[in-house]
Amino acid sequence: MSTYAVEVVYRGIFQKRLSGNICRSIVLASRLEGKIGTAFGRYGDSPERNGIPAKYFAVVADDPIELEESLAQYEPTQVDATIVVDDTLCKGVESWAWYGLQPINALTKPGGTVIVTSYQDPEQLKEDIHVKDQPYNLAIVKGSKSFSGLWVYKDDHTDVRVLGALARVAPDMVSLESYQKAILQQWDSEGKVVSSQRSHERVHITPVEPGEGNETEPYSFEMPGWQEMEEALVIPGIAQGGGFRGGEGGFEPVRSAVFKKYSTRTMRPVVNFETCTKCTLCWLQCPDSCFDVTPDGLYDANMEACCGCGVCEDVCPVPNCITMVNEEAFGDNDSQYEHWQKNRDDYMEWLEKKIAVEKSERRSHGFHHVGQYQEELMAEVGSDD
Amino acid sequence: MTTKTDIQTLETEELISGSEAIARACALADVDVITAYPIRPYDTVMQFVSKLIADGELTCEYIVAESEHSQFEIVKHASAVGARVFTGSSGVGWFYAFEALAVTCGLRLPMVAMVGNRALDDPGAFGCEHNDALAVRDLGWMLNWAATAQDCIDTAFLAWRVAEDPRVFLPVAISTDGAFLTHSQQIVKVPDKSLVDRFLPPYDRGKFQLHPDNPITIAPQVNEDWLMEIRRQTDAAMRRARDVIIEAHEDFKRIFGRGGDPFLEEYMTDDADVVLMGMGTLTLPLKVTVRRLRERGHKVGFIRVKWFRPFPTPEIIESLSRFKAVGVIDRDYSLGSPLHGGVLFNEVRSTMYSSEARVPIIGFVAGLGGREITLRATREMFDIIEKAAENGASSQEIHWIGVRE
Repeated sequence: MSTYAVEVVYRGIFQKRLSGNICRSIVLASRLEGKIGTAFGRYGDSPERNGIPAKYFAVVADDPIELEESLAQYEPTQVDATIVVDDTLCKGVESWAWYGLQPINALTKPGGTVIVTSYQDPEQLKEDIHVKDQPYNLAIVKGSKSFSGLWVYKDDHTDVRVLGALARVAPDMVSLESYQKAILQQWDSEGKVVSSQRSHERVHITPVEPGEGNETEPYSFEMPGWQEMEEALVIPGIAQGGGFRGGEGGFEPVRSAVFKKYSTRTMRPVVNFETCTKCTLCWLQCPDSCFDVTPDGLYDANMEACCGCGVCEDVCPVPNCITMVNEEAFGDNDSQYEHWQKNRDDYMEWLEKKIAVEKSERRSHGFHHVGQYQEELMAEVGSDD
Repeated sequence: MTTKTDIQTLETEELISGSEAIARACALADVDVITAYPIRPYDTVMQFVSKLIADGELTCEYIVAESEHSQFEIVKHASAVGARVFTGSSGVGWFYAFEALAVTCGLRLPMVAMVGNRALDDPGAFGCEHNDALAVRDLGWMLNWAATAQDCIDTAFLAWRVAEDPRVFLPVAISTDGAFLTHSQQIVKVPDKSLVDRFLPPYDRGKFQLHPDNPITIAPQVNEDWLMEIRRQTDAAMRRARDVIIEAHEDFKRIFGRGGDPFLEEYMTDDADVVLMGMGTLTLPLKVTVRRLRERGHKVGFIRVKWFRPFPTPEIIESLSRFKAVGVIDRDYSLGSPLHGGVLFNEVRSTMYSSEARVPIIGFVAGLGGREITLRATREMFDIIEKAAENGASSQEIHWIGVRE
């Protein structure tokens, strides 16, 4: 008697096919071992929007009765492995189905594994991942974020590399051999089999002790009962807002008290306040009104509201004044303007460092020219496929 | 006679969703005309139909209409000229087609539609509720609720067979719970076309076929001197559908070697004191709860209603009269109806009026908007009906289960 559940936490649209491929392969491979399973994307996350944290599940059981036992609870309450295909999700996820921040390891069983595709080391990831009162393992599959679009799939072998790692951390669920058979059945690619094998051998596994990790309390709120809610689908308006940070001058909109966007973005803007010409374009064009107007007429991106779309960078007329930086470079959501106010030299140093991170790595998403996929693919998997 | 081994070699296993299963059925049933207009969660079937066409596995006229109204009108006309048709929708999209839905029955045009069950707006919501499909319950549509992806593909073959039977010639809607069926992939046995051909004869509209060689007029304007007779004919067709459904299920079992009773799926009811009943995918948590409660000595069971139209009146009377109490679970609502209960509850109570046994019948409204019907919720329902059985309490009870108080 054994049932296994796996969740893949991914970025909506960009990684939909990737997560689907992983979960389908788990079920197809388990079938080769005479087991039975199901694969499904969490409906509450749909319709997916660019980059929104979303989930896909695979559940595998020895027989149909056992599978029913597990599926009677539609969304597994515990998983043997949490697969995270973008390391910025380690900060926690707020999907459309969950208003509040869910720690990335919330469903991971005691003794289970969080598998992350990342170039970061375990210590860096543990700064983001919330503490748990039970031990679990952290496994790292070295690799970049495999982001695609809605109609295209970047076959950089991330799917099979994750499967290779999964066979290592949960060998009782499905063996590497079965995964490899399922890989051949689906894609007829020896290269993908080799990739799964290499990942199986190279995956880096670290135990995480209870209490180890990010100690901040995840953001949450209470949902009212039907008798307390406003009737007639009426949502009370949000007041217009006042001065910057509650003071005199500037402007800061009042934002929703419950819906925050901490985990929707994969990058965030950093602003060079020294070169800003106060042209207002970022403030006007931001689709989420994330810029607060400071008393001196500068614009401070508020991380409570930024979804990381990059429009501000595009519309800014001053070269390198606003730069989008991968989200993994940040450990907090503090105000950049306040930092700059406190110590301009320190801020400029910080800014340069952050931008250097961005420059050293490719942008997490956004496709700029024809053939970009192929170039990225070659860089990622080399020429042995 | 097909043996079990024959069937096994003529079926392949695929990991597909309920929507994908119905798209596969379209290919295997040689559907001639498919129309579509996107709305979640029905749109999943569009995607899979498109893929089958692109992959060369399905040849048909595939028309993406400019609205649901046209979508259903087009298949209606195609059916009139003798084409096997498939279409579908969800929630308010289904409602946008309402005029076309209504006329199809009077014209006696067989059609198979998939309703990906979805809550009605407002508020904009995607989760599963059964009110969309149930809205046509009085018009002459046959309504079936599927419980698994396997059920989806099997029911699709049954649906064409029953709809296109000259004794019936009425449309069928297969309800598939949004998310639970439309978006969940399960291992499904997909039959070989030879098996499907053995079960499903070609659609032959006979003398009703609109064709230059068969000059006829259909859909005239009528007055009070004609309409009542026309309604009575549609009524007679729906009454005949019952036997056709039974016949089709028997044939299905003979050819495919699976499928239970046509109208009701009874689970562990043989010696049960109390049962819950409902439609669609809530079957899964209910079966699990029944097993767990039985392990603890509770004599409980579950009954799934497969065909809601025609309503299985004799089966329900015969079945429910045996129990000490019955709970009816509605994933829908019927506001202001008798006792303010759900649609299925009201129908079951009305059916049981002609039973000599005065079985307490309790209504449960649950799982609205796609909210999961949890094991805790199903246990709560069993608790309530077990108490009703002990106390012989009145049956005037409606409970909303799983709502935040």
